[in-house]
Amino acid sequence: MAKPFRETLKTKDFIVTAEAAPVKGSNMSKPIENIELLKDKVDALNVTDNQSSVMRYPSLGTCLLVKERGGEAVLQITCRDRNRLAIQADLLFAWSRGIGNVLCLTGDSIDVGDHKEAKPVFDLDSVQLIHLVHTLNSGKDMAGNNLDGGADFCIGTTATPSADPLEPQLVKVAKKLEAGVNFIQTQAVYEPDELKRFMEFVRKKDAKVKVLAGIVPVIGAKMAEYMNENVPGISVPQSIIDELAQAPKGKGVSTGIEIAARMIRQVKEERICDGVHIMFIGREEKVPEILTSAGLL
Amino acid sequence: MAFCCEHSAYSAADLAGRLALHCPENLRVIPVPCAGRVDTLHILKAFENGAAAVLVLGCEEGACHHLTGNTRAKERAKHAEVLLKEIGGNGRYVAMSNLSPNAPHKFVTIVDEMNERIKKSGEVR
Amino acid sequence: MIIAERKPMEEIKQVTAPYKKLLLAGCGTCVTVCWAGGEKEVGILASQLRLARGTEGKDHAILEATVERQCEKEMAEELRSKVAEVDAVLSLACGIGVQTMAEIFEDKPIFPALNTTFLGMPEKEGVWVEMCGACGDCFLDRTGSVCPIVRCAKGLLNGPCGGTRKGGKCEIDPQKDCAWVLIHRRLIKQGRLYLMEKYYPPKNFRAVKRPGKIQAIKA
Repeated sequence: MAKPFRETLKTKDFIVTAEAAPVKGSNMSKPIENIELLKDKVDALNVTDNQSSVMRYPSLGTCLLVKERGGEAVLQITCRDRNRLAIQADLLFAWSRGIGNVLCLTGDSIDVGDHKEAKPVFDLDSVQLIHLVHTLNSGKDMAGNNLDGGADFCIGTTATPSADPLEPQLVKVAKKLEAGVNFIQTQAVYEPDELKRFMEFVRKKDAKVKVLAGIVPVIGAKMAEYMNENVPGISVPQSIIDELAQAPKGKGVSTGIEIAARMIRQVKEERICDGVHIMFIGREEKVPEILTSAGLL
Repeated sequence: MAFCCEHSAYSAADLAGRLALHCPENLRVIPVPCAGRVDTLHILKAFENGAAAVLVLGCEEGACHHLTGNTRAKERAKHAEVLLKEIGGNGRYVAMSNLSPNAPHKFVTIVDEMNERIKKSGEVR
Repeated sequence: MIIAERKPMEEIKQVTAPYKKLLLAGCGTCVTVCWAGGEKEVGILASQLRLARGTEGKDHAILEATVERQCEKEMAEELRSKVAEVDAVLSLACGIGVQTMAEIFEDKPIFPALNTTFLGMPEKEGVWVEMCGACGDCFLDRTGSVCPIVRCAKGLLNGPCGGTRKGGKCEIDPQKDCAWVLIHRRLIKQGRLYLMEKYYPPKNFRAVKRPGKIQAIKA
């Protein structure tokens, strides 16, 4: 049985989490493979929630699988697809089944996904969602009613250190910290200085929150350009695009992995933040290689 | 149907007549104080009234007496084409051209060219 | 102002095809200003339909009429005699005008020629942008008067989201500004950033119980 993430956050020196995408469908064989591969190599495994607004098996479902197989899961909840009633209900269900960690997100816009005519919900935003979890943790629902059995979630959220302009994003991060979060998993960072600047800001507001730097390996210059254009929150700098462009043919993936490992090593050696969160969607089987390359395995 | 600006095309048309240059029988000339006076709706109405093609003729670029009349005329002629395309085009042609008052031969050429287009499309009304 | 734009021609042709005689009814207020359904646009659409029907060999009687505000029953009433002459009405008003016509001419099919899109203002000539969401719980005092409900693509009250594009553009459209970047800028300009630093609890989405109805009292 994996250690509860809340404890890991308190006690471990360098925290490593990763992301596993749910299946688009109901065939659980690939998710099970990924879970088995990663559950003992990371401190917790996030499962995304209709990531990029592409419809998939629910995060909660895959999280239950992670738990069943002895891993520690982080449930991701966005505000895009569910209103406040559904979110509260889902969280109670999650808690009752032993899922103890939740990542609170706004959610990508409908337009980037594959159901472009759907009605976006956004009954809440991510800051309100954090407050909501605290409310459930206190044994009440959002309408002030007492609950017959509440929750005690470990609460996480995201942030985008590479936002441009950065100041409005930081105003929001401050609100999230004020609301109270146990951990932050950032969007992809590629520049250590950017991360350092972000950490300076965070530490002034909250000395205890654990920040895990988002690591998204990029395996080609074209992919980097595509991501910059189409994936919200990602900003691959020109220097990395150039490095990828210069990689020999067939070496795209390994170059991307090396760049990611290099970043992880630097974050760890310079103690820039408290750990990393690795997102290699679609190539979860390569995550152990990144961990080894970074000296974490 | 040719909407002719009085400062340019109408004079050219008049000159063509006096020089006995041959103009097709199916040509109707309508004088206007400026090509810019022609509204998109006028162009559509011309077709409603049976025109096979509409010409809007104004002064040379930069020489419009009302400064931007010929520019607007060009845009409106283009827009009329878009509106006609929406309902299927059907060989209804619109063109805006620029010429000087003393260019009777150019006038005739423009009209002849448009006539050729109409004949080719086989939709002479 | 209510902004609308004309439906695709194919749609208009399709719904009006079964009807021999049509009245194209325009409106002299919002849709005139946004070049969608005023007298001029009625004239042009009528001309297009006559030309189209002529080609298709149909008997085309297309009447044209524009009233000042099609959403006022008394004004729509002015069209009664013309409506009586036709088989169907193609209204170039916004959705409100279309429905007002349908209420007072209940036995006549009334079709919308426009898609009503949003409440907005002209950013520059001919370019309309959405500004107000008619949410019934105006938040503008807290955002330096930039509406987060419709100008933020996700309607966030504690924005921005993490998807803001470089240069402060919206995740959804690189041509559009991130509303929360605009809010941030404006509040800083006015020395009131504290408004954005506050936490705003979840919105009351039932401030206006839809369908909305208000009884106003004249002073």
